Amino acid sequence: MSEPKADRRTFFLSAIYGVWGVITAALAIPASAYLLFPPRVRKTADWVAAADVAQLKLKQPEEVVFRRNRVDGWKVTSEKASTWLVKMSDTEVVAFAPQCTHLGCAYHWEDKRDDFICPCHNSTFSLEGKVLTGPAPRALDRYQVRLESGKVMIGAVERSDA
Amino acid sequence: MPNLRTIVDWLEHRTGLETAVKSFLYEDIPASSGWRQVFGSVALFSFMVQAVTGILLAFNYAPTPGDAWNSVRYIMTELTGGALIRGLHHWGASIMVVIVVLHMVQVFIWGAYKKPREATWLVGCVLLLITMAYGLTGYLLPWDNRAYWGTVVTTQIAALPPVVGPYVTRLMGVGAEGGVGVVTFSRFYALHVLLLPPLTIILVGVHIYLVRKHGVAPAPDDTAPRKKFFPEQVFKDTIAIFVVFCVLFALAVLARAPLGRLADPTDTAYIPRPEWYFLFLFQMLKLFEGPLELFGAVILPNLAILLLFMVPFIDRGKMLRFTQRPVAIGVVVLAALGWAGLTGAAIASTPKTVDIADDLSAPQTWQELAPEELAGIGYFRLESCGSCHPGGKAGAQGPDLTKGVKKTAAQLIEHFKQPARMVPGTTMPAVQLSNSQMNALAGFLLKLNEKNAEALQSAPQFAIDGAIVYQKNQCGVCHQVNNVGMKLGPSLNGLAQRREKQWVIDHFLDPAKLSPGTTMPPYKFSAKDMESVTSYLLGLPR
Repeated sequence: MSEPKADRRTFFLSAIYGVWGVITAALAIPASAYLLFPPRVRKTADWVAAADVAQLKLKQPEEVVFRRNRVDGWKVTSEKASTWLVKMSDTEVVAFAPQCTHLGCAYHWEDKRDDFICPCHNSTFSLEGKVLTGPAPRALDRYQVRLESGKVMIGAVERSDA
Repeated sequence: MPNLRTIVDWLEHRTGLETAVKSFLYEDIPASSGWRQVFGSVALFSFMVQAVTGILLAFNYAPTPGDAWNSVRYIMTELTGGALIRGLHHWGASIMVVIVVLHMVQVFIWGAYKKPREATWLVGCVLLLITMAYGLTGYLLPWDNRAYWGTVVTTQIAALPPVVGPYVTRLMGVGAEGGVGVVTFSRFYALHVLLLPPLTIILVGVHIYLVRKHGVAPAPDDTAPRKKFFPEQVFKDTIAIFVVFCVLFALAVLARAPLGRLADPTDTAYIPRPEWYFLFLFQMLKLFEGPLELFGAVILPNLAILLLFMVPFIDRGKMLRFTQRPVAIGVVVLAALGWAGLTGAAIASTPKTVDIADDLSAPQTWQELAPEELAGIGYFRLESCGSCHPGGKAGAQGPDLTKGVKKTAAQLIEHFKQPARMVPGTTMPAVQLSNSQMNALAGFLLKLNEKNAEALQSAPQFAIDGAIVYQKNQCGVCHQVNNVGMKLGPSLNGLAQRREKQWVIDHFLDPAKLSPGTTMPPYKFSAKDMESVTSYLLGLPR
């Protein structure tokens, strides 16, 4: 018996390829899920009080720094975050995420021009966060906001649609 | 469109890959080769599984004490497939030890180590030791109690031999006071992932080269014409690999890899045990006491290893059939019996670990705490305060908090936020909790004393989770538990005597329906919160 017969050989070959295919799949599928699926979130973002509604001036954007807990992998870190708050009315406050939607630079409110301007590529945004000029692809992102007994409560960031 | 053949030809022309693969696969092997020669391939496969799963784990693993435990917990509970990957790595380690030993036993019984294959045997012995070293160093990496205490025992044994002992322990990064800490952890991690894997790859390469150089050892009476390695032997190897892989996969799915409590150097109640394949060594130490300990712990195992290396130089006879090797078989049987006896004795003498606090018949310390305080325990655990403030144990990093805290709640909260401002030079990290959570923690610490300190350990997690839900939703504004809270609503003590669980759940969802005229608002808790808070409330004493 020097060389197995042809059908025996075919059987060996298909068994070898089949088994290694199964083993590879059994490792690769969980591995892909493990690497690609987002972690099951334990905690949703806490609501944090960032400012008093009474202290904000109507339609006068103000940058506010607040502390919040961020869940990052296995760690919960307490970090500083900032937002541009705009009091639209006594019952409505908008909180913009502080990065330009173009490339993430920090923008600021320009009193003289009455718009938000990003120093990187001169994108400008209106008081409502809409793109006025420049390369920014969509309006400013906003934090979820809740008004509770005179406090502005900040939640998670929501991506703007357009 | 080039087909596969042209791609293979192109590669072959540039690299000679096809010739190389073919000469590897179509190696001549003795006609007597068969199922008993599969163990080497299976051992290599189990190493490859460890490498793949190890790399995957490393993508989400933080190699520092404390964080390590947290990241393993994160891998196992929050990542899809994480528990499976860790299961494969954990059980794969045991499987690898088993396969490597079986491989060695097969070679030993058949006398395949004989001239000219001595070097193959020697390299194999080193690979066995490396496999053991993986087990020893990997054991510490989850940084739970099991890991910590197991390694403490290991380092103590390493300190036994005169002259070299202190140097070995220093290499292991053990500090002057004999503690296992950050340095030991880093050393073990570096060994486990940086030194051992390349060493394994090189030595496996040498091992396979030597097997190829000398050829697979034939049976002594094998005169039949030689056959090819591929496909018949590859098929047999593949089937054996598949069987082992199925066993491993089933273990990883069905038996959860253990992750105990975060390592607690002050937990005197913990009974350290090594991994099962080291249990025989552990048990053997019990046979040798006093001055003989050195003999049992160091000299005897090293002699055994030396003897293992010397096997091809002691037994230099001609190749025989294994049925003609009663001595070799006898040695294996004796070693197996000795190993099984010692391991069995070690398992038999391991006290059952008691599952604490599942017995709710008598009121326990935690049941007498107010919900805020119980929630405080939750935050105490969440922030791992106990790893530095274990209470009443010598050698702890932080002060004993069970002796009465001499600060006001406001001072405590200030200290949580900026530890170094209240205690200059402290290494305590800032507590990462919200204000109301810090309130609960401070409230609990003020109440903490030596009598109720055991609740820190024994309070069951469901009760703590429930108390946290209770505290977050400010139930205490209307209800009393253990005489703490307001009396607008009924006291919740003894709820289990008055109501069924389903009633409590329905009542949370729509209070007005079950208690007409109530001012209690509905609470739409998540399923998990609902479960914890109802279990907690129904577990309250009368």
